[in-house]
Amino acid sequence: MEAFTTHTGRAVPLRRSNVDTDQIIPAHWLKKVTRDGFEDGLFEAWRKDPQFVLNQERYKGATVLVAGPDFGTGSSREHAVWALQNYGFKAVISSRFADIFRGNSLKNGLLTVVLPQETVDRLQQLVEADPAAEVTVDLVDRQVRAGGITADFELDENARWRLLEGLDDISLTLREESSIVEYEANRPSFKPRTIEV
Amino acid sequence: MGRTLAEKVWDDHVVRRAEGEPDLLFIDLHLLHEVTSPQAFDGLRKAGRQVRRTDLTIATEDHNTPTLDIDKPIADPVSRTQLETLRKNCAEFGVRLHPLGDVEQGVVHVVGPQLGLTQPGTTVVCGDSHTSTHGAFGALAFGIGTSQVEHVLATQTLPLAPFKTMAITVDGELPDGVTAKDLILAIIAKIGTGGGQGYVLEYRGSAIEKLSMEARMTICNMSIEAGARAGMIAPDKTTFDYLQGRDHAPEGEDWDAAVAYWKTLRTDDDAVFDAEVHIDATSLAPFVTWGTNPGQGAPLSANVPDPASYEDASERMAAERALEYMGLTAGQPLREINVDTVFVGSCTNGRIEDLRSAASILEGRKVADGVRMLVVPGSVRVSLEAVAEGLDKVFTAAGAEWRHAGCSMCLGMNPDQLAPGERSASTSNRNFEGRQGKGGRTHLVSPQVAAATAVLGHLASPADLSDADVATPAGV
Repeated sequence: MEAFTTHTGRAVPLRRSNVDTDQIIPAHWLKKVTRDGFEDGLFEAWRKDPQFVLNQERYKGATVLVAGPDFGTGSSREHAVWALQNYGFKAVISSRFADIFRGNSLKNGLLTVVLPQETVDRLQQLVEADPAAEVTVDLVDRQVRAGGITADFELDENARWRLLEGLDDISLTLREESSIVEYEANRPSFKPRTIEV
Repeated sequence: MGRTLAEKVWDDHVVRRAEGEPDLLFIDLHLLHEVTSPQAFDGLRKAGRQVRRTDLTIATEDHNTPTLDIDKPIADPVSRTQLETLRKNCAEFGVRLHPLGDVEQGVVHVVGPQLGLTQPGTTVVCGDSHTSTHGAFGALAFGIGTSQVEHVLATQTLPLAPFKTMAITVDGELPDGVTAKDLILAIIAKIGTGGGQGYVLEYRGSAIEKLSMEARMTICNMSIEAGARAGMIAPDKTTFDYLQGRDHAPEGEDWDAAVAYWKTLRTDDDAVFDAEVHIDATSLAPFVTWGTNPGQGAPLSANVPDPASYEDASERMAAERALEYMGLTAGQPLREINVDTVFVGSCTNGRIEDLRSAASILEGRKVADGVRMLVVPGSVRVSLEAVAEGLDKVFTAAGAEWRHAGCSMCLGMNPDQLAPGERSASTSNRNFEGRQGKGGRTHLVSPQVAAATAVLGHLASPADLSDADVATPAGV
């Protein structure tokens, strides 16, 4: 995974709540067997509308998405995270993310930042008034800075450390091999098995 | 202090616990399907890793599979490639697979329980959010992303952040014609699509205890639509009876040991939940959705709500958008909404009891002119059982289409889709924009409401049907 320390870029406001992962990447895109090439599927249905915020010239090249509450609800498809990253987003800010989407994002180095709704509103107003405004998402200091706005955010220390270091979860877990072996040795015999090995 | 059911199951799976780190949990059962696994197998290959526990892993094909002409090559080359990729990966890594055409094939969340692999007190994961279904057995079951699928394949564990617990207590008796689907839709409307966020929900109370295993699965299945990490129901005699004798259920001494353990999987009397919700079952009625998220629902007897009635600005805006997308106007009676398509199936309502329930209403009646009805069993086993009972004949005699098992019209990944602007009454779990096909409009309903809607052509419950709708004597 690519490490995330701090990122500065322009931001695009997405004033919609409950943006589910079917909107982020529709199901027919899920037939692909790779992790890339999803950028054209991002918000596919909405992008057919020339007025949709991502289609507006002034937000071209933005790398931070400032979204409405309950972003990423629904399906567990990690493709939603890949689509956002393939399109060029480095961070998403919202007052509330769906759990699975949030977990997926942090495992891929897409920083999902939770801020109070009123702060999200102010950020959206800022980038609506001035699309050239730069937003800094600083994981080292756990802070979002933009215009006159400075907002601290929380992220648990372990997740933050993994992101800052760009650590691969599987390698970390495999260091616990002996604990896994010990656990396996003590599992009850009545637990189900799919095949005899 | 006592522990909740979820805490007990969690504690029994901790491989490693360290201050300031997520617990590392052992996974008892890993279900795979074609959509969310290819990139995970690729990751294993690139790192030179194996599947650690092929004996705790099982795969089936469901999302892409067609429900017609299954003996012919799959027409969509991209879908075909994805299915072939799963077959290749399972062969290479030694994973048991039930492909299209196999008697154990079906929707992954129907297959696990019917094989007896889903058991109380187990941890179950799958790269699919509706894995919450398996919580009906008192399992801790949740959907994961593809990175986590790879993690489980490689290590049979997952590092997991702590959760909160919420009790959803449903007391009283569900009125006639009110099903588990109506109950869960009402729960989601009450707590909202984000209401369960961070929580493992435990459904309890006398109304839940009376539910069959299949009804419990319908409830737990939609926990994710309330944003929950998982949903659970304490195992009891209903659970044990369902499991006994199934292919992978324990036998002999193992059965006795298992049941003894399973009986301990109840929330202690002195355990404290982080949140509690109470529902009076007697107050419930058939429930349908009018909007574009599963929390936007109302009793069938209600009218489409007026967005202006919402105090919260973002809810108001969401309702406005939803009405526009759904082509509805505020104040319109829900019962007067005409549909083009009725879909009975999915991991929510594609089990035998669901098919029986829909068939009992369709028996001797006809699907309304101009309405297309698809009945899609959740698995080949369900299909065979339905055929043995003659349910397929009831459906086809009524003018419905009887299809092969699969996810079908739940999600717009296979040929079964709504056309733009088309409206459905669907027993599936998501009414998101375009979920059932680009531009499609979905109303989530129970199997009973689906069947009554098919007969009348507008959203309706069985109580709206008169005997005059019955064209031929029952039993024909």
